[in-house]
Amino acid sequence: MLKMQHLSKVYRTHMVETHALRDFSIHVRDGEFVAVTGPSGSGKTTFLNIAGLLEEFTSGEFWLDGVDVRGLGDDARSKLRNEKIGFIFQGFNLIPDLNLFDNVDVPLRYRGFNAAERKKRIEESLSRVGLSSRMKHYPSELSGGQQQRVAIARALAGSPRLLMADEPTGNLDSLMARGVMELLEEINRQGTTIIMVTHDPELAARAQRNVHVMDGQVTDFDAEPSLRVKTRDADVETAAA
Amino acid sequence: MFSYYLQLGLRSLRRNPILTALMVLGIALGIAASMTTLTVLHLMGSDPIPWKSSKLLHVQLDNWDINQPYGDDGSPPDQVSYRDATALMQAGKADKQTAIFKLALPIQPENPEVKPFLTVGRVAYGDFFSMFEPRFKYGQGWGKAEDDAHARVVVLSRETNEKLFGGADSTGKTVRIDGNDYRVSGVLDDWTLRVKYYDLTNGSLDDTEAFFIPFTTGIDLKQRSSGNNSCFKESGPGWDAYLASECVWMQVWVQLDSPARKAEYKSFLDSYVNEQKKLGRFARPLDNRLLDVNQWMADQKVVSGDVKVQAGLGFAFLLVCLVNTIGLLLAKFTRKAGEVGLRRALGASRRQVFAQFLVESGVVGLSGGFIGLLLTGLGLYAVRALYTDYKTVAHLDWSMVATTILLAITAAVLAGLYPTWRACQVAPAAQLKTQ
Repeated sequence: MLKMQHLSKVYRTHMVETHALRDFSIHVRDGEFVAVTGPSGSGKTTFLNIAGLLEEFTSGEFWLDGVDVRGLGDDARSKLRNEKIGFIFQGFNLIPDLNLFDNVDVPLRYRGFNAAERKKRIEESLSRVGLSSRMKHYPSELSGGQQQRVAIARALAGSPRLLMADEPTGNLDSLMARGVMELLEEINRQGTTIIMVTHDPELAARAQRNVHVMDGQVTDFDAEPSLRVKTRDADVETAAA
Repeated sequence: MFSYYLQLGLRSLRRNPILTALMVLGIALGIAASMTTLTVLHLMGSDPIPWKSSKLLHVQLDNWDINQPYGDDGSPPDQVSYRDATALMQAGKADKQTAIFKLALPIQPENPEVKPFLTVGRVAYGDFFSMFEPRFKYGQGWGKAEDDAHARVVVLSRETNEKLFGGADSTGKTVRIDGNDYRVSGVLDDWTLRVKYYDLTNGSLDDTEAFFIPFTTGIDLKQRSSGNNSCFKESGPGWDAYLASECVWMQVWVQLDSPARKAEYKSFLDSYVNEQKKLGRFARPLDNRLLDVNQWMADQKVVSGDVKVQAGLGFAFLLVCLVNTIGLLLAKFTRKAGEVGLRRALGASRRQVFAQFLVESGVVGLSGGFIGLLLTGLGLYAVRALYTDYKTVAHLDWSMVATTILLAITAAVLAGLYPTWRACQVAPAAQLKTQ
C-alpha cells in the first residue's frame, strides 16, 4: 500500500538545515493497522504529512498504492490524495459553518461525484459512525467524540484505501477515545489500511504493528504483523495493566 | 464546481457580515464614482446616429479676415454666411442638404386659456427630417415644393403639440408663431438627443427644438438667429446688407452617400470658393472642410477636458476603494488558512482553492456592482439636478449597466488576486496541526 525507501526531508532556511527525516524506510501492506510512535519532534508528523502527500520530500523513493509519487504535480497529487487517502486529525478539523452533511460532502465535491452519488455516500458514511440522524446539525452542537466520528465519516465517504490518523484521540476523554478506537479497528477489519501517529503507548498497542521513529529515522518495528493480529487483545490488556 | 464555489462564497460572506458590508460598500462607492463620470463621458462621446454618421457632413468655408483667422489654430468658422448657405442650397450638389439656424419666437395659442410662451425653434430645409431622422408621431415634414414656395408650414415637437392641442393629431391645423400663421405638416414623436450634434455651436446639450419652419420662410420673415452671430467686419445697415455680409450665423449639413460623392462635393466646394475669390471674397487660403458627425463632435470638443478629468478622478477613487478591498480580502482569507489547509488535505488542488477564492471575490464584486448601480443612479440624478446642461447625458443605458456590473466583478476579482494567491500558498500540513 505504502512504501518509502531511503527517504529524507530537509527543511532549509538561509541559516540552518534541519533533517526531519533521514534514510527513512517503511513498507505498509494492504489492510494493515500501523501505529507510528515516537517522542515530540521525532519526525512522525513529517512522515504522516509526506505519506499523505501534504508535503514534498527531499530525496528517496515513495510509492503509494503502486504510484511513484516523485515528480507528481499539484493536480496529480491532489487527485491521488482525494482518491486514495482519508485523513483524521487530532483537532477534528471540521468546517464550523457547514453542517455534518456538507462537511462530509467536501472531499466528494473534489472527486466530482454527482449529487445523487454524494448523497448516498454521505448518508452511508454518517450512518456507519452512528450519526445519520444528525446530518443537519453543526459541529458546535456535537461532543468531541461525535465530531471525531464526523471526521471519520468524512474520511470514509470517498472509500479511501488508506486512512491516516494523526493523534485521533488526542483531544478526547478516555470513554470517547475508546469509542473512536473501536470504530477505527472496525474500519480496518473491513479492509482499509490505517496508519496512526500517536505518542500514546496504549493506543499503539492496539495496532497490528508499531513503528517507532526517533530523530527522523525508523528505529524499531514489528517484523511480523500477522503475530500481532492474533495477540492484539492480549497486548492491550498487558499495556493496560 | 462553479455553483459549489458560489455557494461557499455566499456562505462566507454571510459569516462576517460587517467585513462583507465594508468590502461591498467600498466596491460600490468606487464603482458609483467611476461609473457616474464614465456614463457622462460615454454618452457625450458616443455616436449619436451610428447608422449614417459617416454620411452626414458638416460644411465649413473659410470666408474670414485675411489678417486674423477665425480659430486660434487657423481653423475656418464653424458656421457659414447666408450668402454661402443659400448658394450651396441652390446648387443642390449633395444627395441631401440643409441650412439651419436657431431662433427664439413666441407661440400664441388659439386657446385663450393657454398663455403665449417663448420657445426655441429652428429654420431648416425639408431634407433636415430625412437627414437627421426624427420619428414623426403625426404627419410628416415638408418637401422641396414647400421650400421653394416659402410655405408657411411648421413641424411641432411632441411637447409643443401636447401644450397646444392636448396631444391630438394637429396636422392641417394652424399655429400662430410670432404673429404669423403656419399650417402644421407634422408632429414629431419624442426626440431626445444626448448631444444636439447638428448644432454644436449653439448649445450642444440643449433640448431639441419646439418647432421647425422652412428656411426660406424664416428669411422672408426676416428672422435672425438667436444663436451665435460672428462678423469680422461691419455688415452695414439693414436686413439686406446683413444677408449680403460675411457674418456667419447658420450651419450647413449635407448628406453624401459614398466616399466618391464626398470627394465630388469637396471638389465642388473648392470650385465654388475659387469662383468667389475672383469676386473678391475668401481672401484666406483655400480651407474648406467636410467633417462627418463624429469628426465634427471631436473637432468641437464635445467631451470637454473637465469631463475627462472627472472620469479620471472617479477611477482614481475606484482604485483607492480597491486597495482597501485588497486589505480586507487579505484579512478575510488569512483567517481562512485553516480551511484552506483542510480542503487541500481533502483533495482540493491549489487551482481549485484559487478558483474558490476568486469566485468569492467575484461575489463581493457582484454585490458591490448592484449597490454601485443604485448609487450610480443616485449620482447621475445628482448630476442632472446640479448641472441642468447634463440632463440629457446623465442617464444609464443598458450598455453602461452591463459595464457597471462587469467592472465591479472585474475590479473585485483583480482585488482578490493577491489575497487569493496568498491563500493558496498555505502549507496545509502546518494549518492542520494548528487548527
